[in-house]
Amino acid sequence: MHEAAATPAWVLLAYLISGVCFILALRGLSSPESSRRGNLTGMFGMAIAVGTTLAIHQVASLPEVAGAILIGGGIGLVTARKIQMTAMPQLVAAFHSLVGMAAVLVGAAAYLNPEAFGIGVRITPIATPSFVSILPVSRIEMGLGVAIGAITFSGSVIAFLKLNGNMSGKPILLPLRHVINLGTVVAILALIAYFLTDQDPWVFFTIAGLSFAIGFLLIIPIGGADMPVVISMLNSYSGWAAAAMGFTLHNSAMIITGALVGSSGAILSYIMCRAMNRSFISVIAGGFGGDSTAAGGAAAIDRPYKRGSAEDAAFLMSQADQVIIVPGYGMAVSQAQHALREMADLLKKEGARVKYAIHPVAGRMPGHMNVLLAEANVPYDEVFELEDINSEFAQTDVAFVIGANDVTNPAAKTDKSSPIYGMPVLDVEKARTVLFVKRSMGGVGYAGVDNELFYRDNTMMLLADAKKMVEEIVKNLG
Amino acid sequence: MDFISILSIFVLACFVGYYVVWSVTPSLHTPLMSVTNAISSVIVVGALIASAAAESVGSKWLGLVAVALASVNIFGGFAVTQRMLSMYRKKERKDA
Repeated sequence: MHEAAATPAWVLLAYLISGVCFILALRGLSSPESSRRGNLTGMFGMAIAVGTTLAIHQVASLPEVAGAILIGGGIGLVTARKIQMTAMPQLVAAFHSLVGMAAVLVGAAAYLNPEAFGIGVRITPIATPSFVSILPVSRIEMGLGVAIGAITFSGSVIAFLKLNGNMSGKPILLPLRHVINLGTVVAILALIAYFLTDQDPWVFFTIAGLSFAIGFLLIIPIGGADMPVVISMLNSYSGWAAAAMGFTLHNSAMIITGALVGSSGAILSYIMCRAMNRSFISVIAGGFGGDSTAAGGAAAIDRPYKRGSAEDAAFLMSQADQVIIVPGYGMAVSQAQHALREMADLLKKEGARVKYAIHPVAGRMPGHMNVLLAEANVPYDEVFELEDINSEFAQTDVAFVIGANDVTNPAAKTDKSSPIYGMPVLDVEKARTVLFVKRSMGGVGYAGVDNELFYRDNTMMLLADAKKMVEEIVKNLG
Repeated sequence: MDFISILSIFVLACFVGYYVVWSVTPSLHTPLMSVTNAISSVIVVGALIASAAAESVGSKWLGLVAVALASVNIFGGFAVTQRMLSMYRKKERKDA
């Protein structure tokens, strides 16, 4: 506090400007044209924040700091350049974990050396050696910051392992998990309160330890289907961790950023929950959407369906006036997006209008499909969101579903007993013909439910690997 | 800055965040995540303060590790966002 009071006005202004730059960076994302400039503004804001901090502190260890930035920055740049776009969810989860860990480390550093952060008061009693007492408000802020940071870290590590396939997407359900989780959360909060009266190391490190544990416990019961929510939620947490540290350090850039990131993640979680018709609480409670097969699914497999070939598909689409492509995560897995673009180009030459319909939870994170299509050079003005395109299926000749499943299931609209009932879905069945690319008839979607769509009269199943099927169709069109 | 002014900044920033994020187009939600990732690494400010202080060795090294971690995020986050954003293209008008 004493140091903060002495901070020169220009420094406060510089942090404020950097905060404003971050707001503008997010504002830029309202359209693809303004987004690149927005991102540059964000970089500028970060440069101001770092530059200001280096300028006002007599950095005794400048070579070490430069070394740390070079090592970290180098790893970051190489990763950013090499990463496959299909692996973005894992990358984002990994990045979240780093923010969380950095928050914990900064909190620990502030705990060990409170005077450097201007949050300690040196007390010199007569009998005992002098020590630094951390200001009460700072203790709460620090405790919360470290707790949220630790939860972000361990939660993101689990999310990373699940998304990267190092760990099964199946929910892991411990007995009594709700009791354990609730108990741990209560214990953490109680310890933070106790931290006010006793700044002994055990209190601080127990808070950190329990928070690492609860992050882990919170994410393991959540199944693969709910990953888009989890990753958004962790995004939000990483923001709150930064904000709590901003409170500790009296730094407006960190507080503004933390609030922005926190609300961004919260809104994305909300959008994802709404798109799955699930409540946030039920996602957190976990247990949904492993790789399990529903009992109803097995019985339905023997139902008759129409099977088509690449040749049939090519013929149908070449006759069409309008084709809507519905991509899902399966497209990303088989890397079919480039072949798909080629197919769309050929169809356009035949005179068809081609559009893409994206469900909000298609893919493993918000907006994942859009990035994959953009990577394959699909113009973004051909790509539509659910509510903008749903009314068009009725006037569409062919709906081409590739790698999506649950998001097209008409049962969500009609069957009250279905686990996905009430979820907004794409009305693909209203198209004159539905071409459904799927590896085999056996598998079910992430939610573990059979899809009524397969057995409709106007549906033709194209059973093959997505990429191979699209390449075959391209051959037949060419 | 006293606690109340900090709290005021925080609350107002939450509102700004709420309105700004709702205006983000859904097709850019992935870049939104990666850029928020990059900017939340402004926590590097705290890490720099820790590593600048020479008097506590433990605190300094914790700070340095945090600087390295946050730098991965800053450089990686902004770079991958830029890479994604450069892929978003409009329809070429000559086709239309």
